[in-house]
Amino acid sequence: MFPERSKEKSQYRDGFEVFLTAQANAPQWLASLRERAFAEFERLGFPTIANEEWKYTNIAPLAGQAFRRGSLEGVDLAQVRRQLRIYPEAERSRLVFINGVYVPEFSVIEGLPAGVVVTNLAEGLATRQEFLEANFATLADFENRAFTALNTAHANDGALIVIPRGKVVETPINLFFVTVASPIAQVSFPRVLIHAGEASIATVVENFLTLGETTPDTAPAFTCPVTEIRVGDGANLEHYKVQKESLRTFHIANTFADLHHTSVLNSNSISLGGQIARNRIAVAFKAEGGEMNAKGLYYATGKQLMDSRLEVDHAVPNCTSQLLYKGMLDDKARGVFNGKVFVRHDAQGTNAIQTNKNLLLSQTARIDTKPQLEIFADDVKCGHGATVGQLSQDELFYLLSRGIETQAARNLLTYAFAHELVEHIKIESLKEELDRTISSRISSTEHGFE
Amino acid sequence: MDTLTALATQEYKYGFTTDIESDVAPRGLTEDTIRLISHKKGEPEFMLEFRLKAFRQWLKMTPPTWPNVTYPEIDFQDIIYYSAPKPKAKLASLDEVDPELLDTFAKLGIPLNEQKMLANVAVDAIFDSVSVATTYKEKLHEAGVIFCSFSEAIRDYPELIQKYMGSVVPVSDNFYAALNSAVFTDGSFCYIPKGVTCPMELSSYFRINNPDTGQFERTLIICEEGASVSYLEGCTAPKFDKNQLHAAVVELVALDNATIKYSTVQNWYAGDKDGLGGIYNFVTKRGKCAGKNSKISWTQVETGSAITWKYPSCVLLGDNSVGEFYSVALTNNMQQADTGTKMIHVGKNTSSTIVSKGISAGKSNNSYRGLVKVLPNAENARNYTQCDSMLIGHDCGANTFPYIEVQNNSAQIEHEATTSKISEEQIFYFLQRGIPQEDAISMIINGFCKEVFRELPMEFAVEASRLLGMKLENSVG
Repeated sequence: MFPERSKEKSQYRDGFEVFLTAQANAPQWLASLRERAFAEFERLGFPTIANEEWKYTNIAPLAGQAFRRGSLEGVDLAQVRRQLRIYPEAERSRLVFINGVYVPEFSVIEGLPAGVVVTNLAEGLATRQEFLEANFATLADFENRAFTALNTAHANDGALIVIPRGKVVETPINLFFVTVASPIAQVSFPRVLIHAGEASIATVVENFLTLGETTPDTAPAFTCPVTEIRVGDGANLEHYKVQKESLRTFHIANTFADLHHTSVLNSNSISLGGQIARNRIAVAFKAEGGEMNAKGLYYATGKQLMDSRLEVDHAVPNCTSQLLYKGMLDDKARGVFNGKVFVRHDAQGTNAIQTNKNLLLSQTARIDTKPQLEIFADDVKCGHGATVGQLSQDELFYLLSRGIETQAARNLLTYAFAHELVEHIKIESLKEELDRTISSRISSTEHGFE
Repeated sequence: MDTLTALATQEYKYGFTTDIESDVAPRGLTEDTIRLISHKKGEPEFMLEFRLKAFRQWLKMTPPTWPNVTYPEIDFQDIIYYSAPKPKAKLASLDEVDPELLDTFAKLGIPLNEQKMLANVAVDAIFDSVSVATTYKEKLHEAGVIFCSFSEAIRDYPELIQKYMGSVVPVSDNFYAALNSAVFTDGSFCYIPKGVTCPMELSSYFRINNPDTGQFERTLIICEEGASVSYLEGCTAPKFDKNQLHAAVVELVALDNATIKYSTVQNWYAGDKDGLGGIYNFVTKRGKCAGKNSKISWTQVETGSAITWKYPSCVLLGDNSVGEFYSVALTNNMQQADTGTKMIHVGKNTSSTIVSKGISAGKSNNSYRGLVKVLPNAENARNYTQCDSMLIGHDCGANTFPYIEVQNNSAQIEHEATTSKISEEQIFYFLQRGIPQEDAISMIINGFCKEVFRELPMEFAVEASRLLGMKLENSVG
């Protein structure tokens, strides 16, 4: 029916076979997991806009592109070292991956409390096989999910983070997934597994970025990450994801999180980069008293398409979820938001709030938002709200009346809209850096008003 | 739980059948069936072509699967597509109407006989696909308003039919609209000429009678420049175990400065407490605000049907046009409803308001599905959406699927949704003041729905509020 569809698949099949051969030493469970995942990907193929989940996000440009698995070949590591900006909080605790490959010489893990494991996945496979066999891919269900299946089939490296019971890790654990701009189209499959043990406290930051100039010769890149997070009983995990990849990059990410008894997950997502960037977070409450706060900002300009999806499954009673996602869309950018909150039959006492606010900064920007609620329990407090608009004329007038120039006033208000999602970031230098990036992006664009 | 059982065992009040000999087409649907329908109704050639075109489109289509409802597959070849009460000479007065038929209307509470004296309402009663009596024609005639059955309109006003039929809901719009376009037997037609405010509220009662007859009505309302009309639609159906398919099409056209208000109270048989029987209500309703400053307002109170699949929509083409949708959807027992609206902003300075109240009880499932779409040239579009759900009992579901698609930055869109239940505190407050629980619940529900009820014409508002009370009797406890 779709001849190009079989081409896409076979293209990934070749790569998969080469990969399996290279990974001949992988344990049996992993090899069979990969094969099952790949079979599922082949069964599904890439989703099209006929699929409700992909209605507004057309990935035809990604599906039609051939990619080679990322490597360090041709990468000037010295130059990467000069260009890679490591914020002070990441000085002593970071893992760095370039084109999907772990680079030990750029990575540092020091001074973490005893028993805390922060290692790359390949290393983890050698030293913590049993743990991985029991926990790897247990949350990231790839059935009917083409990209999770694709990652599960191909992932060979990423991060393994295990916080043992009662440990408090004060320094944030930082992951850098770097793509180096290249004339060869490359794909990487970062995989992260985070286990926050009972009553532990930790912060994990995932940074996705591109280094090197994007020139007309730069080939598209594809980043397809999967993160699995288990927040144990009474644990508190702060999770950040900052995506600043180049405009030639396709970024299709899936994060899965299980929240156990009275655990807390604070999820923060900032999306600035990518040609097509899609970020999906699926959270499931496994026991009572869980709390999830998800905050997200997507700021798209040019012809970027940014798709944010959140799925919250209130399967058990007395859990709280609060979602606040804001979008800023300029030029011909497109934004997509889909929040899904399920409150199942037994989930009495659920408190679920979902808010999506969008600011359209140009006449040609577009937003498609769908904050949905499915509720099957009666003693619940659920609400959702969505707004689409432009800067308030009253607020603008207030500033103008005080002698602030139009453009400056607009920039100030636009900045204020975004700031709500940056100000709560607890990693000081990351916050400052994002603040700078966002303000300079705001002031560099002449909005097409009046 | 006892109270729930009590509610569930409550018999459907309007469950009775009238025995009138019918003129029935053979089961199934082929081009021959369509030719038969068209021939029986003595239609002009263009109608047959319209039907055949729709039928050929329909053959290529599949039933929609996206609504949040489940039901066994419908065998479209197992439906009788035409049945008419035995043809009789045209009736000059009500006295000539079959007494049994009048009796049915009396049981349904349609004041056909006394209406001329009591209510200022003209009724076009549809009894199994063919209009048998139309009243108040003369008075409407004076004002220049045309209000008649669809068949009469095809005969008497073919130019209007040809111009407007299918202009809002094209034959290939969706599976059930195509089916309706192919096989519809009758319906209502209403034309308000330029500058005329319709002197009374127009009303049409639809009633499904023959056990295996799918009902395929078609309504077309045209409001010329500066005209306005308020139209009421109300439904009850007798009780049958076999599911009945109802696929109607309603088209509204409002030209410059015209206003159309369309109100519905739907209380068809919803099936028994185990979900056996009941009507499948798959309806396509759409209004086109074609002219400047035109306004279309939909108000619906949906309490019946086993399955409701219905999205009364507004296409806001004209500059400054206004679309409104006020809805109360109540589901109980095994009922399923997937209902909402679409507001398509095309013209400049268009605005739309959506107020949806969903009440779920028993084991029912109630979904709001709405689309607000602002096209690139729709400057200064404004939408306000509020959709509230109330859950009664913990075996029911309430879902919200709002789609917001905005392609113009001058748009202001607000969407709000809440979910609640009748709290013990509220009940306690009433009880403490000596108000019995039943009344308390009825008042709380009425309060919950008041933004919608106040949009209904007076008689309907009273009926609707009683209906909700009756439907929810004993379901809170």
